[in-house]
Amino acid sequence: MYPSRFRYEAPRSIDEAIALLQEGGGEAKVLAGGQSLVPLLKLRFASPELLVDINNLPGLDYHMVDADGTIRIGALCRHAQLERSKILAERQPTMAAAAPLVADPIVRNRGTLVGSLCHADPQGDWASVVTALGGHVVAQGSKGKRSIPIADFVSGPFQNALDYDEIAVEAVIPAPKGKVSGGYLKLERRVGDFATAGVAVSVERSENVVTRAGIALTGVGGATIDATDAAQALVGGPLTGDSIRQAAELAAQAARPRTDHRGSAEYKRHIVRTFVERILTRVDQPNGRAA
Amino acid sequence: MSGLFEEIHEQADTDVPKRRVGITVNGTRRVADIEPRLLLAHLLRQGFGLTGTHTGCDTTNCGACTVLYDGKPIKSCTMLAVQADGHEVTTVEGLAGPSELHPIQEGFKDEHGLQCGFCTPGMMLAAKALLEENPDPTEDEVRWALSGNLCRCTGYQNIVKSVLWAAKKMRAESA
Repeated sequence: MYPSRFRYEAPRSIDEAIALLQEGGGEAKVLAGGQSLVPLLKLRFASPELLVDINNLPGLDYHMVDADGTIRIGALCRHAQLERSKILAERQPTMAAAAPLVADPIVRNRGTLVGSLCHADPQGDWASVVTALGGHVVAQGSKGKRSIPIADFVSGPFQNALDYDEIAVEAVIPAPKGKVSGGYLKLERRVGDFATAGVAVSVERSENVVTRAGIALTGVGGATIDATDAAQALVGGPLTGDSIRQAAELAAQAARPRTDHRGSAEYKRHIVRTFVERILTRVDQPNGRAA
Repeated sequence: MSGLFEEIHEQADTDVPKRRVGITVNGTRRVADIEPRLLLAHLLRQGFGLTGTHTGCDTTNCGACTVLYDGKPIKSCTMLAVQADGHEVTTVEGLAGPSELHPIQEGFKDEHGLQCGFCTPGMMLAAKALLEENPDPTEDEVRWALSGNLCRCTGYQNIVKSVLWAAKKMRAESA
């Protein structure tokens, strides 16, 4: 399978890349890890006139933590870097749990978190994780930089909020207020398959009281689902068996699964309920990384 | 260069300029003029005649096309050849010299790690990257590292054994 013909440019600076996107006038695509885009090109679901390969842009392969605890992930940070990250292992349990579950080990050497957000596949793991964590995406274009909350950034299935001359340069996870815990669980038929169902959970607690919670669902609807009612049920009190069960039930209700070859709608809903409960029950267990 | 590779050359539009790329393949610098849409797997196979890199599913699932790109395993059906310009690629042909076997290849021979052999090059390159990062992996770690490579005939039991065999031999050699 060969892609359609396209012009290929591999700029060495972000300004050059943005100028190329402007020149492309909406017929250009940005190539980062390529683990979704190259298959789409081969299937000719995407046939851009111009491909702007950003892999040679300097200084985008980082992930780092600011003094206040904000985590920043550059556009060329590969899944494999996040999988091996000490920063995430120590500070961000939901991301640390998700990183080894993205695609397969070979794909993780190439694919990027920011690219996954841009691709906005309802089956994508990172969009759920970043939604549960209340993150945002930094876009850079001819008019400068702007921050786009993840809920606005993922504007629909396979659609993002970038202007045609913008590049998503960074994903940002805000610093937690208090102690952060959480996890990510995914059911898949085999490694690398699309998720039958995936659940991202994050809770922030001060003196045992939940101050912020996020729950987001992968693969159980036409888009990433932000289960806000479920998360809200946890806020304002400690995590208890009752509050966990209630959140799990509300998350299952928020799911919009369809019966397909991966399972019935009711089965997938049950998985969501089980995963929310499992993650939240495990966060307080010793060495309790919930996934 | 033969077949499909040249066919694309002939059909190329004049307004789609070819790119000259220089890629270090198995330690030797190779130069080619290619259309940007050519996939790395096809440049290796049809362009450079390195047919040890197999294209199985062509959809980023099976891992038969796995090669090392700057030392890390990637699926060469899911990378444009033009992106490899200035980079190092190792294929199964580069694992050992012409009349030698790499310990991983020996392991696959000794432990019957292949039946049809189609997935084997990808398995071996994924294993090579694993053993460089982790010379003494557990069975579970081997299975994890190979989980992006599919085998349709022998099952995975002997493949895992082969990699563990190679790990042991490589540890003994470096001791």
